[in-house]
Amino acid sequence: MAENEGGLESALRRRLLMGLAAVPAASLLPRLAQAAGPPTASVNTTGLAVTDTEVTVGILHSVTGTMAISETGAQQAEKLAIEEINAAGGVLGRKIKVIQEDSASDWPTFAEKAKKLLVNDKCAAVMGCWTSASRKAVLPVFEQYNGMLYYPTFYEGLEESKNVIYTGQEATQQILASLDWVAKEKDAKTFFFIGSDYIWPRTSNKIARKHVENVLKGKVVGEEYFPLGHTQFNSVINKIKLTKPNVIFTDVVGGSNVAFYKQLKAAGIDLSKQVLMTISVTEDEIDGIGGENIAGAYACMKYFQSLKNPNNEKFVAAFKKMWGDKTVIGDVTQAAYLGPYLWKLTVEKAGSFDVDKVAAASGGIEFKGAPEGYVRIHPNHHLWSKTRVGRALPNGQFEVVYESADLIEPNPFPKGYQ
Amino acid sequence: MFGEYSLGDLGAIFAMQGFAGLILFSVYVLMALGLAIIFGQMGVINMAHGEFMILGAYMTYLCSGFFQAHLPALFPAYFFVAMALAFVAAGALGMLVEWGLIRHLYKRPLDTLLATWGLSLILQQAYRSIFGAREVGVELPSWMMGSVQATDAIEIPINGLFVMAVTVLITLVVAGLLFASRYGKQVRAVMQNRVMAGAVGIDTGRVDCLTFGLGCGIAGIAGSAFTMIGSTGPTSGQLYIVDTFLIVVFGGAASLMGTIASAFSISQTQSTLEFFLSGSTAKVITLLAVVGILMLRPQGLFTLKVRR
Amino acid sequence: MKPKALNDNPFMKPVEWASLALLCVLIFGLLPLALDGFRLNLVGKYLTYAFVALGLVICWGTCGILSLGQGVFFGLGGYCMAMYLKLEASSVENTKIQSTPGIPDFMDWNQITALPWFWKPFHSLPLTLIAVVLVPTLFAFIVGAAMFKRRVGGTYFAIITQAIAAILTILIVGQQGYTGGINGITDLRTLHGWDIRTDTAKTILYFVNGGLLVACVLVAQFVKRSKLGRILVAMRDKEDRVRFSGYGVASFKIFAFCLAAAFAAIGGAMFTLQVGFMSPSFVGIVPSIEMVIYAAVGGRLSLFGAIYGTLLVNWAKTTFSESFPELWLFGLGALFIAVVLAFPDGLAGIWRQHVEPRLTRRAKAAPAALPQGAPAE
Repeated sequence: MAENEGGLESALRRRLLMGLAAVPAASLLPRLAQAAGPPTASVNTTGLAVTDTEVTVGILHSVTGTMAISETGAQQAEKLAIEEINAAGGVLGRKIKVIQEDSASDWPTFAEKAKKLLVNDKCAAVMGCWTSASRKAVLPVFEQYNGMLYYPTFYEGLEESKNVIYTGQEATQQILASLDWVAKEKDAKTFFFIGSDYIWPRTSNKIARKHVENVLKGKVVGEEYFPLGHTQFNSVINKIKLTKPNVIFTDVVGGSNVAFYKQLKAAGIDLSKQVLMTISVTEDEIDGIGGENIAGAYACMKYFQSLKNPNNEKFVAAFKKMWGDKTVIGDVTQAAYLGPYLWKLTVEKAGSFDVDKVAAASGGIEFKGAPEGYVRIHPNHHLWSKTRVGRALPNGQFEVVYESADLIEPNPFPKGYQ
Repeated sequence: MFGEYSLGDLGAIFAMQGFAGLILFSVYVLMALGLAIIFGQMGVINMAHGEFMILGAYMTYLCSGFFQAHLPALFPAYFFVAMALAFVAAGALGMLVEWGLIRHLYKRPLDTLLATWGLSLILQQAYRSIFGAREVGVELPSWMMGSVQATDAIEIPINGLFVMAVTVLITLVVAGLLFASRYGKQVRAVMQNRVMAGAVGIDTGRVDCLTFGLGCGIAGIAGSAFTMIGSTGPTSGQLYIVDTFLIVVFGGAASLMGTIASAFSISQTQSTLEFFLSGSTAKVITLLAVVGILMLRPQGLFTLKVRR
Repeated sequence: MKPKALNDNPFMKPVEWASLALLCVLIFGLLPLALDGFRLNLVGKYLTYAFVALGLVICWGTCGILSLGQGVFFGLGGYCMAMYLKLEASSVENTKIQSTPGIPDFMDWNQITALPWFWKPFHSLPLTLIAVVLVPTLFAFIVGAAMFKRRVGGTYFAIITQAIAAILTILIVGQQGYTGGINGITDLRTLHGWDIRTDTAKTILYFVNGGLLVACVLVAQFVKRSKLGRILVAMRDKEDRVRFSGYGVASFKIFAFCLAAAFAAIGGAMFTLQVGFMSPSFVGIVPSIEMVIYAAVGGRLSLFGAIYGTLLVNWAKTTFSESFPELWLFGLGALFIAVVLAFPDGLAGIWRQHVEPRLTRRAKAAPAALPQGAPAE
């Protein structure tokens, strides 16, 4: 993949340029197309960048800096979705025009660019952000200037905003069903938690601990946090050996992941015997860890690239066609793909691009074409979704071993778990 | 926390924990050795040290790809070739940098810090452009993963043993070079009095160039060895840089023994604390202790008595 | 230039008055007129870094102490301000959905049920304003006293300050119940009841920021021009001689370091007010070193150079990182190297060596003409 990355980036830029070139051409066409949608004055009463033929949407991800690694997939998926929507006729008869901003992995830059997208560019909606810190940085901007943000990452919950649609899972959705599964299937009673030291792992582990202690009547035998970027895990691995937990439950992120799994394997902990459950490793991360180092681990997510359903097969094929054969698709990438579609459906239901109307119409929106299967927006602006458990294979993919029977209700402020 | 464990269990765990401390020690020595040579012998702060390490890691990555594609039969042994290549590549780049950049700045040590920071940015972006922003997975020969079963309860990771062996070997070679060879005498002479060394006919420019190259080359080997335990990406080098500097400063810049002693004390403190406390707290306490001691004894643990 | 007698040492030379006037025109006149609210807010943010660069001119350029941990003081100042704003934003009615209303939201998420003692003073605005300057300065004093009394300096000092920056980042991130962790302190709304998020508020804050910056320039200029400043320069160039002349070298160094810290802290507080949040990403090693490069590009010896350097580097960063994200890091790296190798005195050095002599020559050729030339940059 190494030599392809540069090519990929330039392919990306070329595509963007083509997109931009295509826009004026489209607007030169006879204004017949305009009849396809309702008049602009009626669908845009608040001065958003909506014309008779196009509507502007922002994409806000880091192209440079440390987060670029993670955010690439999300913005690729968003562009794919927008391209598909445009090919199918756009939203209310208007093509989506994309303005992309690079937030350079820097939180104030996220806030600045968000403000630019809302104030200067008058974007009708923005797809973007990745880390909790970046979302926290832009949230006041979206609330102050009344914008619409579609946020793709699974996150810690404890937040609900009129101006944000959370297309990833919040912590209870992701964790509880999988803990139930592992307790039942693997007869797990004792758990060891390892995480990177910041809010998402800490909140997730807190929820997991309450569930283990109060509902599963099990025991947490260890809970450890390491600074981001930490690379030495031998001591904690010894603690694992000492406490012999049934399940190692991890939410380590970034480069630490690679070190953790390599050292775990080297220390003789065989993941085909020791149950390890992670909520932070998607197909994207396995690329760097190496499939052979993590094979046998369980991940709980709402989406895996290997899901067998027609929507997903179509999505995976389209994604690879657009971004190259070697790209992999992780949970967040899929959630990012939902953003533009959910926005389109909401706008069409509201019959307007106005942010207030879109926000009000969001609850109850259903999307049947989602690669993960049917999803629906809850009135609290999170998604109803299924949770799945996948087992990592040496080739870097997951084999789905469990899927919750029903959609799980999003519950960002879980009672009894705080 | 130990109430419910048998004595045998505890013994095994403490043995393994001691071993984990030793591995951390080797890692630290390997990281710091190259920097100690450059900083200690030349007074230059090489902020791009981490990037030289990652150069070694990327050489290993390229090597593993090459051997898999063209010489699969020799794959189990590719790592040795990779380490040699890492040394050569990082060393050559180091000499180039010394020639182009560092030698103009010997009188302004603080400025080398800024210049090498600039270099580190350039190298990071170069890695990103060449190898991509994502971390690359370096495939290792299977004999290097896994562990040796010493007793029923004690398992020793092979890659840990390997890092230790490499560290011992490199340390011996460096010590031999510096203390028993003609080149080493020249290096020490230049360090103690550059003008006098020049006056007695030592080509100080050449010595500096070689020393800088040697330091960078060792960083390359370290990076190559670390592909076994850590990640390889454009910004991975930055993860190591603070630890490395602290070890060198803590040890007393001019002393190889000091570097080893400080790597030992820091690694043991950290690994013991990590076992009894949590990872984050252990790191903070270790760093605080190091800074605290440095404030009391700013010249470091070991110092060379030189009249200034 | 010819050495001049002491009494021939006015507070500022004419050319420096001209520079100051030009800076004022730029900050208070040209930029607000030429830029829209969004860009002006950006410039306001850049100018908060200029405080740090000013401090570095005093402590690095004048006194020879390179601190790679200025982000620590910037961050401490910013956090003090953010704590006050956060407490004001966390009034009981704003936070009534929490299990403990009246404390910041992130504390509630971390099961903290009462406000920690060190947050309590930040209920009061006067105490906060004192803390903004005092806390970082005290911290600088402790670090400085420990190091300079033992004659630690040069590269050692640089590395130790760097380690302190790393430690503080890990601490802030790790103690998220008390500090907001990696997200920082976000969602700040009002300053003593005054909404800081509106466009008018942002414009007013910009002007306050500019005013404070000019005040800091004057303070720094006063220090540089005073006898104290001469001792600082003497220490930089021949520390031992100053010591043998009977001066307490350590105290002077501590003073310079504390002054730099206080400037950085003011910058940090203004940053929080203008950007609307504070996070550990401004405390660590990378921002600290970037701030050093602002001073280096502008000229480590020149107060005005440092401000223009900060503006220029940040403007370049915003422009180039938008259009050529890949080239930007190459450019920044090359800038570091070029400044160090070719222009150790930065923009101000170029001005002094190449532009000023020409102007002087022309001024001599036409003695009637006053030296009007204001430094372009």
